Amino acid sequence: MIYQPSLVAIIIFIIFVAFVLVLSFYFARKTKSASGFFAAGGTINWGVNGIAFAGDYLSAASFLGICGMIAFSGYDGFLYSIGYLAGWIVALFLVAEPLKRLGKYTFTDALDARFNSKAIQLTAAISTLIVSMFYLIPQMVGAGALVTPLLGLEHHWGVILVGTIVIFIVATAGMTSTTYVQFIKGALLIIFSIVLSVYIFNNGLNLMPDNELQKYHRFIAITPTLEDGKVVKAGDYQIANQLDIKGHHLVKLEKDGIYRWFNLVNENNTHRMLEMLSITNLAKGGKLYNGEPKENAKFFQVGHLSKIIINGKEVDKTGPLGPFKFLEAIEKSEIVRFTQLKFKEHENKVTVWYQNKTAGSDIMKPGLKFKIGKDATPMSKLNFISLMVALFLGTSALPHILIRYYTVPSQRDARKSTIVAIGAIGMFYMLTMFMGLGASINGVLDMESSNMSAPLLAKAFGIGLFSIISAIAFATILGTVSGLIIASTGAIAHDFIDIYLGKNLSEVNKVLSGKIAAFVVGIIAIILGISFKGMNVSFLVGWAFAVAASANLPAILMLLFWKKTTAKGIASSIVVGIVAALGLILTSPTMWGRYGLDPETAFHKLDNPAIISFPLALLTLIVVSLATQKENHSKKEDVV
Amino acid sequence: MKHPPATKPGIDRASKKKSKLGILLFIVYSVVYAGFVTIGVANYELMGKIVLGGQNLAIVYGFGLIIFAIILGLIYNAICTGYENKMNKEDIQ
Repeated sequence: MIYQPSLVAIIIFIIFVAFVLVLSFYFARKTKSASGFFAAGGTINWGVNGIAFAGDYLSAASFLGICGMIAFSGYDGFLYSIGYLAGWIVALFLVAEPLKRLGKYTFTDALDARFNSKAIQLTAAISTLIVSMFYLIPQMVGAGALVTPLLGLEHHWGVILVGTIVIFIVATAGMTSTTYVQFIKGALLIIFSIVLSVYIFNNGLNLMPDNELQKYHRFIAITPTLEDGKVVKAGDYQIANQLDIKGHHLVKLEKDGIYRWFNLVNENNTHRMLEMLSITNLAKGGKLYNGEPKENAKFFQVGHLSKIIINGKEVDKTGPLGPFKFLEAIEKSEIVRFTQLKFKEHENKVTVWYQNKTAGSDIMKPGLKFKIGKDATPMSKLNFISLMVALFLGTSALPHILIRYYTVPSQRDARKSTIVAIGAIGMFYMLTMFMGLGASINGVLDMESSNMSAPLLAKAFGIGLFSIISAIAFATILGTVSGLIIASTGAIAHDFIDIYLGKNLSEVNKVLSGKIAAFVVGIIAIILGISFKGMNVSFLVGWAFAVAASANLPAILMLLFWKKTTAKGIASSIVVGIVAALGLILTSPTMWGRYGLDPETAFHKLDNPAIISFPLALLTLIVVSLATQKENHSKKEDVV
Repeated sequence: MKHPPATKPGIDRASKKKSKLGILLFIVYSVVYAGFVTIGVANYELMGKIVLGGQNLAIVYGFGLIIFAIILGLIYNAICTGYENKMNKEDIQ
């Protein structure tokens, strides 16, 4: 997609980033101690911390990823909203207060509070790093996706820009600055998501989603002449090629030297050829978008309704609707989604997106992405369960969320801030359904990146709203990446160098080593963010949740609730959790596709590992703990 | 550990009661959440059934899970605060 940057958008963006940096400078002057750097000195107000929790949690995955997935796959994207929010129940009811009692600066501190074990210190630090890295990748991918329409920059420049700013923020001020950035951004994200939703309701449903900035593309439909199932005549187009791909008869037509792909469909016993979107990777190098070079801007935005039913009548548009009426109207109507097909034509790699009329009733229930309906297999159902388990159990095992419990003064504050977070995050997640559906019917979808659906929807309602929303989304990424890098630096500088290696650093050197670690982690995050371009960020975050749930949660829960837990049990479960989750992810069908292999040939069909890796880690902890009871030097303190 | 915590928590006599309540409410929510997942895999078509105000079960149950989490959180906080005020009274005085 070709985007024209807007001056207003750039100015608002610069003001936002400058504000964030000034805030960092301000707090940098106050951050002298390790406690200040890693835990904001434990002085943050619970209300501020609660919204900062929301800021940390409502990352690129939530705003960009979930809205994008709902826009592309309907209700299945909303499953992430439900799972992400439900995860906070584990955090509130089981983890928040006991962890606050145990904790110092990092998640490793809490796990190691009863044991002072080298094995725990090392494995927990490694786990923190791996989970944070998995979480960092989608944030950086989101950053790259965002700057393209906002500033007109290529994906990798977005990643580098975020990486550089965040390294600067973290290296200057640490947790205090990160907290206030998250507080401001979390509040703004929720407020402007409400504003965007109001625009959606006010706009209602419309068969032709033109907007002030651009007219919606009028798709070409041709009535062909067929012989023996082959197209022999297609209006004034020349027939260049015909292929049968996965049950679709695709026809390549030529006119004025431009080649376009069409999909042959049979509607009410009438054959028609419907225009598709296409990207052709030429064997000799270069790409064609709908048969033309990218700069010709012919790869248009899509997503529209083919039928609107309101109050039992078919209409062309509805006018303003309330939230419930909006959902009801979508349920009764019909949406044209664009479904991807990939194939090879001669030596060229072709990706097409065909028009896929989908009943609103199918959009509004699970099953379009996660196969749990009629065409489900036991493995596809297991994938669904596994994802829901990972989302439920992952939240309370994310190191960058856990460290926020150490920024408030007391256990009561830890609990209250979690409840504020649940309220704020819950409200936002309910809005994702409206923003995602709004994007799917308003002709704003970029088929190259589902992640841009919500900001592009804002753009359809006005460049001012788009600029603010994009700047907030960018700040969202800055904030989350800052939190993740703080967690990673804590693992390296505090857990590994200071505690595990026993360097016993001075306060100044602890902070210095934290800043150096921030720089190194930031550089690695930039490289990974560039490598994973194009993947849905929420899907990637699902993996981070699975790794966190498997590696960390059994250790946290059993430490808090089972007195026979031993240091070796904890360390073993972390190792097994990491190895099992990572092993299953790296050999999954999705990664197989990423390696350039056929996903059908992957070692297994499980895309989300939690259903296997979590119980495996839990079982390991129980077995190893029971086998090492003699070595249990626990102080037997009742930590709950 | 070689360093003190970022803050020093006081003695909390209510922690055991709060913990028991937390586990109970966690089980309640887990059962409701598991119900949602179970319907999804066992009786998928049920999710599309219109159940309330023109909305299908998937929407009502999904939004319901989010709202239920918020309500349970508020209930938990109110009860825990009551425990703390009562059981930690002498420390406060």
